[in-house]
Amino acid sequence: MAQAESHPRKYKVIGTRPVRHDGADKVTGRAIYGADLRLNGMVHGKILRSPHAHAVIKSIDTSAAAKLPGVVAVTTSADFPDLQDKIADLGEGAVNLAHLGANVLAHGKALYKGHAVAAVAATSPHVAQEALSLIKVEYEPLPAVTWVLDAMKDDAPLLHDDVYTKSMGKKADKPSNIAAHIHFEKGDVEDAFAGSDLVVEREFKTASVHQGYIEPHVSTALWNQDGHLTIWTSTQGSFTARQQTAELLQVPISQVTVVPCEIGGGFGGKIAVYLEPVAAMLSRKCGRPVKMVMSRDEVFEATGPTPGSSMRVKIGATKDGKLTAGEAWLAYDAGAFPGGVIGPGCMCVFSCYEFPAARVDGYDVLDNKPKTQAYRAPGATQAAFACESVIDELAEKLGIDPIEFRLKNAAKEGTRRVDGPVYPRVGFIETLEAAKASDHWKSPLEGKNRGRGIASGYWFNIGLKSSAAANVNPDGTVSLLEGSTDIGGTRTSVAMQLAETLGITAEAVHPKVVDTDSVGYTDVTGGSRVTFATGLAAYEVGRDILRQMCERAAILWECDAAEVESVDGEFKTKDKRMTFAELAGKLSQTGGPVVGRATVNPEGPTNGFGTHIVDVEVDPDTAKVTVLRYTAIQDAGKAIHPSYVEGQMQGGAVQGIGWALNEEYVFDGEGRMANASYLDYRMPTALDVPHIDTIIVEVPNPAHPYGVRGVGETPIVPPPAAMAVAVYHATGVRMQELPMSPPKLWAAMQK
Amino acid sequence: MKEFEFQSATTVDEAVSLLAAKGDQARVLTGGTDLIVQLREGLRSADLVVDVKKIPELMTMSFSPEQGLRLGAAVPCHRIYGDKDVAVAYPGLADAARIIGGWQIQSRASVGGNLCNSSPAADSIPPLVVHDAVCHLAGPGGRRTVKASEFCTAPGKNVLQRGELLVSLEFPPPAEHASSAYMRFIPRNEMDIAVVGAASWVQLTAAGDTIEKASIALAAVAPTPLAATEASSFLAGKPATSETFAKAGELASQVARPISDKRGTSEYRKHLAGVLTQRTLAIAVERARG
Amino acid sequence: MAKKTHVATTINGEPMEFLCEARQSLLEVLRDNLAMTGSKEGCNNGNCGACTVLLDGQPVDSCLVLAVEAEGAEITTVEGIADDSRLHPIQQCFLEEAALQCGVCTPGFIVTAKALLDRNPTPSEHEIRFQLAGNLCRCTGYDKIIRAVQDAGKRMAAEARGASTTTNGSPARQQQKQAT
Repeated sequence: MAQAESHPRKYKVIGTRPVRHDGADKVTGRAIYGADLRLNGMVHGKILRSPHAHAVIKSIDTSAAAKLPGVVAVTTSADFPDLQDKIADLGEGAVNLAHLGANVLAHGKALYKGHAVAAVAATSPHVAQEALSLIKVEYEPLPAVTWVLDAMKDDAPLLHDDVYTKSMGKKADKPSNIAAHIHFEKGDVEDAFAGSDLVVEREFKTASVHQGYIEPHVSTALWNQDGHLTIWTSTQGSFTARQQTAELLQVPISQVTVVPCEIGGGFGGKIAVYLEPVAAMLSRKCGRPVKMVMSRDEVFEATGPTPGSSMRVKIGATKDGKLTAGEAWLAYDAGAFPGGVIGPGCMCVFSCYEFPAARVDGYDVLDNKPKTQAYRAPGATQAAFACESVIDELAEKLGIDPIEFRLKNAAKEGTRRVDGPVYPRVGFIETLEAAKASDHWKSPLEGKNRGRGIASGYWFNIGLKSSAAANVNPDGTVSLLEGSTDIGGTRTSVAMQLAETLGITAEAVHPKVVDTDSVGYTDVTGGSRVTFATGLAAYEVGRDILRQMCERAAILWECDAAEVESVDGEFKTKDKRMTFAELAGKLSQTGGPVVGRATVNPEGPTNGFGTHIVDVEVDPDTAKVTVLRYTAIQDAGKAIHPSYVEGQMQGGAVQGIGWALNEEYVFDGEGRMANASYLDYRMPTALDVPHIDTIIVEVPNPAHPYGVRGVGETPIVPPPAAMAVAVYHATGVRMQELPMSPPKLWAAMQK
Repeated sequence: MKEFEFQSATTVDEAVSLLAAKGDQARVLTGGTDLIVQLREGLRSADLVVDVKKIPELMTMSFSPEQGLRLGAAVPCHRIYGDKDVAVAYPGLADAARIIGGWQIQSRASVGGNLCNSSPAADSIPPLVVHDAVCHLAGPGGRRTVKASEFCTAPGKNVLQRGELLVSLEFPPPAEHASSAYMRFIPRNEMDIAVVGAASWVQLTAAGDTIEKASIALAAVAPTPLAATEASSFLAGKPATSETFAKAGELASQVARPISDKRGTSEYRKHLAGVLTQRTLAIAVERARG
Repeated sequence: MAKKTHVATTINGEPMEFLCEARQSLLEVLRDNLAMTGSKEGCNNGNCGACTVLLDGQPVDSCLVLAVEAEGAEITTVEGIADDSRLHPIQQCFLEEAALQCGVCTPGFIVTAKALLDRNPTPSEHEIRFQLAGNLCRCTGYDKIIRAVQDAGKRMAAEARGASTTTNGSPARQQQKQAT
């Protein structure tokens, strides 16, 4: 086991801030992202999308489009295999392939505005676009529903007649938009509330928000005449993209190679396939590579978002500030197909605290929105907005400082979450202590219309499967092959762990993200897992290389391999020593090259906690909120590359600020998104936020040799709650709705 | 994007005859920051796009304290706020030019284009109205002038006839003890469409404590940019105090007749019209005092 | 086939000619016709700045410029920012200060930052935020971008001074001394 190894406490590489390996390519414009790919003979695909939020598709006539000069292929769902009720294990959980396929190209019904209906490939994107207007689709519009509580009503428009509520392992007897009901319970909740000195219960709602990555979805497929399918794509997981595509086309995975291009952001939204199977089908029909790029409005209308929610949270406490009981009722929309992120929402809602008794009910609800996808700590941010708002109100009513109140109840080693698991060593208390000691918390906030908020958040951070291999080069460098697509600098954070293990510099490791034929199975870049799990694989690769190199040294020195040890980049016996590079240069004399390899599958979460502090000023006349100061504090376990840890904290905080203040899907009366552009979706610009100060807390993860915990997702969890508390202190209004956009906050301030 | 023909005109006459020949299927290209988006998204169509940026008259910006400002219809925003004399003489105009889109947009977008796009939320139109700008048009029938306040007729519609081109905007010379300001409310701090916009122009007495004349115009509270004439005439002769500004704000708010949409509710917009009127008056007065 | 127009322009200091359709944007021609894919498409309607290039020295969204408008113009793209053998200080600072994560907005930021720092190498934090507001980044929260631009400006100013006087040490080192 990893933790059995002993390591120097002083690291040489870990904790430093080297320039990322792919850096020069990315600042000069040379890096090849999905849309930058050009293949000989390439044609361009476009998708026709439903103008209705809910409609029966009575007929599709593509004949005129097919005849347009320049059009080389046309497809609809009729070209795809029938996948009725086939369930596939896609690594991150099972998925109903019929639903996945129907999201890629509608089967019989359009379930949201923007739902893909047909596709064409043509010699230029303009011709493909023109061809779309020649496709005749006959729709029978149906009533649409886009608000989760409306969708739960008995008389709501029903999206699927084959979805029945699944609750505690039982299936209901009639179809419903409520796809699943989740229930967790611990202790005697009624008793515990009865014994409370104070109980606060509040209702909350949040709008759908999008991940907002700057690079639109893009895929290029070549279905070669020999039957092999190659897909160049922008994905968080090349192996899951391969599996989804193979399953939807019903071809063996060995017939599909996925080549991951550089990826321009994902945040959870680039795991499900959208374009890959369609580009593949078009390519099969025309025999040429087909490239498909979404436009920004397609990205908003047909991918992501993360759920809108309706939530009720009730928490009790004693006079002296001990939590007694919690109860949460969470309804998240799943969009057009079942399987939203209600599960983690339910697991996270009370995850920061020790609750003697608690109950959580969660609902996965279908409505006429794009199928919801993961977004950075999926489901946790909504839940934390509700829970942390109530925690703050309890602390205020009890007259206890909000940090002290949290410290009295903080989850720690041995705390059992309401959904069952017991925490190992975690660093929540340390983030609270760091918050208390921070310059931000200790500096008084002065001035009118200003307020300070604090909130905490939790995300699991997963392990899952990672593979890696590395070749030792004669000059003492090492080429590292990995399967984790690099969204935020993980080539470097993984390479640094290999470098540390081998005792060489970060620059002496050359990391490459390779295709699905060139490395072992690797799960998605998601769940804040890459620096942890692929880092663990790199560490194991390093151990494998060191073991082999000791054997090679033994050959050179004509001694027993057990006599050779490797320390800090040197191999030595009692009287001989050689550097890593020296030995690397002599490998050909000892039997040939050395290749290290590893595959890991660490189980259980790495448990990331964070606490954020924010100061705001609210314009009393316009209700516009200005963020004055922000500090994000998080337990990173061990920060491999502190700049990129800070970057994750800063980026997550700003996404959370956007979620808190302005981002939302606005729907018109017919269920169509009214603001499907960056202009009206309103993500924060550089001018909308201050510098985001960071404090990295390091409570090493016992399940990783260098103590790494995931860091990417936790930072988006606390901000909306912290912002709401700050707005309360500035205005006296406790906002229980996201976003707290100026018209909504102004209306609340008038009451 | 649908196919279209592109012509770059070098004289006003050439542009006019190109436009006249194609009628409503001809579009004038200045900065393109509205037109190209509209063509791409199918909101407008064109058989012919006529670039007018090679016509010297449309790219000229000339100012003198005696003659005032002649602003070519295609002069990009960055040249307006980048010219100190113009920015000092017509501060409300410079305020608007500095906040239309981001820097990349300001490098291309023109006030003339903003006017011809005739959005109710256009940032530069209220300043044109309060500065009494006059539009110089050229058409197949010759040249004519229209007051900027009368240029827009409905959302996206204006007085331009078939083949007619906006050539330039003429601003009267800056008056003594006078200044202006433009502000808009947006949820973000840049890169947004005005939820409400307000421009105020004031002329003070020599002593600087009383308003002699004032003009207020609003954006995004009616189908066209709106002159708040009641508020403007109320201000004449009133002391330049916050109480006066507040009363003018109320009057401006009363004439606003906004809709509720994705950018804000009607009630909120009416309220903002008052707030922004007050705030721009305060800034304009401060600027007028020097 | 759509009618094509011949356009003669200068890109990154080199004369360049191309044929394009009137409806093609400059971004499209740079990427598809000229294989200069450093300028990125994020929104194709002028709201993200990922496609920023300099057109006669001014930063513009190349998605909102028709390629035919480039006749006679001078264009600078991200591919033209570095010297032959050396990264530009802005690029260097972006790398040293981890000012990019996914990197897809980075070319646009670098081009806009160059336009800013060429005019004013010592902008305030607010000026940088204001001038860069047309460039969206979803990964970094902007913090490290703003700092990198600020530091690059100082480095550029120091290099400009270093070019006219003989001093010890690298410009970067002088700059560090100044900052402390």
